[in-house]
Amino acid sequence: MTSSAAASQPLVVMENVNKHFGDLHVLQDINLSIAEKEVVVVIGPSGSGKSTLCRTINRLETYESGSITIGGEQLPQEGKELARLRADVGMVFQSFNLFSHKTILENVTLGPIKVRGIKKAEADKTGMELLDRVGVAHQAKKYPAQLSGGQQQRVAIARSLAMNPKVMLFDEPTSALDPEMINEVLEVMTSLAKSGMTMIVVTHEMGFARRAADRVVFMADGQILEQNIPEEFFNNPQSDRAKDFLGKIITH
Amino acid sequence: MLELIEQFNVLNAFWVTIKLAFFSAILALILGTIMAIFRLSPVGVLQRFGAAYVTIFRNTPLTLIILLCSLGLWGQLGFEPASRDSDTFIVDLNFRLAIIGLAVYHAAFVCEAIRSGVNTIPLGQAEASRSLGLGFLQGLREIILPQAFRGAITPLGNVLIALIKNTTVAVAIGVTEAAYALRNMMEFRPDVFLLNFLVIAIGFVILTLPTGLFISWASQKWVVRR
Ligand SMILES: Nc1ncnc2c1ncn2[C@@H]1O[C@H](COP(=O)(O)OP(=O)(O)O)[C@@H](O)[C@H]1O
Ligand SMILES: [Mg+2]
Repeated sequence: MTSSAAASQPLVVMENVNKHFGDLHVLQDINLSIAEKEVVVVIGPSGSGKSTLCRTINRLETYESGSITIGGEQLPQEGKELARLRADVGMVFQSFNLFSHKTILENVTLGPIKVRGIKKAEADKTGMELLDRVGVAHQAKKYPAQLSGGQQQRVAIARSLAMNPKVMLFDEPTSALDPEMINEVLEVMTSLAKSGMTMIVVTHEMGFARRAADRVVFMADGQILEQNIPEEFFNNPQSDRAKDFLGKIITH
Repeated sequence: MLELIEQFNVLNAFWVTIKLAFFSAILALILGTIMAIFRLSPVGVLQRFGAAYVTIFRNTPLTLIILLCSLGLWGQLGFEPASRDSDTFIVDLNFRLAIIGLAVYHAAFVCEAIRSGVNTIPLGQAEASRSLGLGFLQGLREIILPQAFRGAITPLGNVLIALIKNTTVAVAIGVTEAAYALRNMMEFRPDVFLLNFLVIAIGFVILTLPTGLFISWASQKWVVRR
């Protein structure tokens, strides 16, 4: 999986992307190219810009210079075109962000019906299949507040999948979960990776990175300091920042 | 008491009050929602327009607005929302001008109530809706407004109760609602001064109390669990 994936077409390309929050240079000349079907794990200390990186890719954040393309297309500034491109980029948030007033199934079918214009009956059918795939089909008629965190996050993954995205972004998808629920979400993500989904995953779950990632990208202070295949990165980090960081997260 | 009610057409007067409240509440809800959408929109001009609207109408006395509708809107600008051919021209005219004044004023409060409802929605839901590819208006219709209304039932209900009571201001331009009846009662039956007040006050309690109970019930029933 590792070498063949890296050889295929680049799907997401970030070139010299710069972004500031006021005086804070949160993304500094970011260059990152992600191949089709590649799974990239982004790790780094808190505040290093990992979330911002993810969010610029589907333009939940703007950036000042550089370019980001998805499937060769520039990200439009705003409006219909942007919405269309966003629909192709799935996003899974740390805090799930399910729509509280809609049932689990409605959460999953909203995008297909409203954005893709798919008929409700068909969207329901696909939605149920997806919920089944993430193991929450029996909860379809409930509301998000009635589900556990792990279940909610799996629904959020199904909601993204329902749009048939070209690439999926995960921003610390298990950080808000109780420990006993982390694995059920990681399992869904691992099988997604195996199925050939292109994924960018911000996580500190090294087991997942070793198991499912083709590449680990290490960020600190708004820069990509190093990137490598998981084995190499975890066993033999190059930069002091990475060594220091790994020392801290491995000990606990 | 019954004799008072009959003599001064109190029931008819309250019927006018109910109609005033009903129509201006609907108009205020529509106008207030539009202003809330303006304030939430990504367009700077609309945001400022919405903010200015709220500031102006929330800070102007209602009586002034009602008088302005009659003297300004109709008297000066010639806006005439009634037909001169009708036998009830003056009644219709004043009634409709009062509705406009009440709606325009309370829309400012509706707007703020809806915004407080929007604040009950976690920010992440708007981001999730954008990341699915929903546009601004789609996100508003599907995600934000349904939850905002449900989160704002109590403040919206308070606006409605205030509006019901504020209809009495329409007496200033001669609308024959409850306060108009009271004025007549005071003029012709000053001997039962207290009773006059009591009759009208009870009338309002009969309108507002169930409204309040309904609001408490509805805000429980439609609460969005998070
Ligand atoms: N909306 C914002 N406004 C101002 N500063 C922000 C904003 N979002 C993030 N930041 C700052 O940018 C830096 C990077 O944040 P973030 O991308 O969330 O880091 P990470 O996800 O790696 O923890 C942090 O210092 C954070 O405080
Ligand atoms: Mg983060």
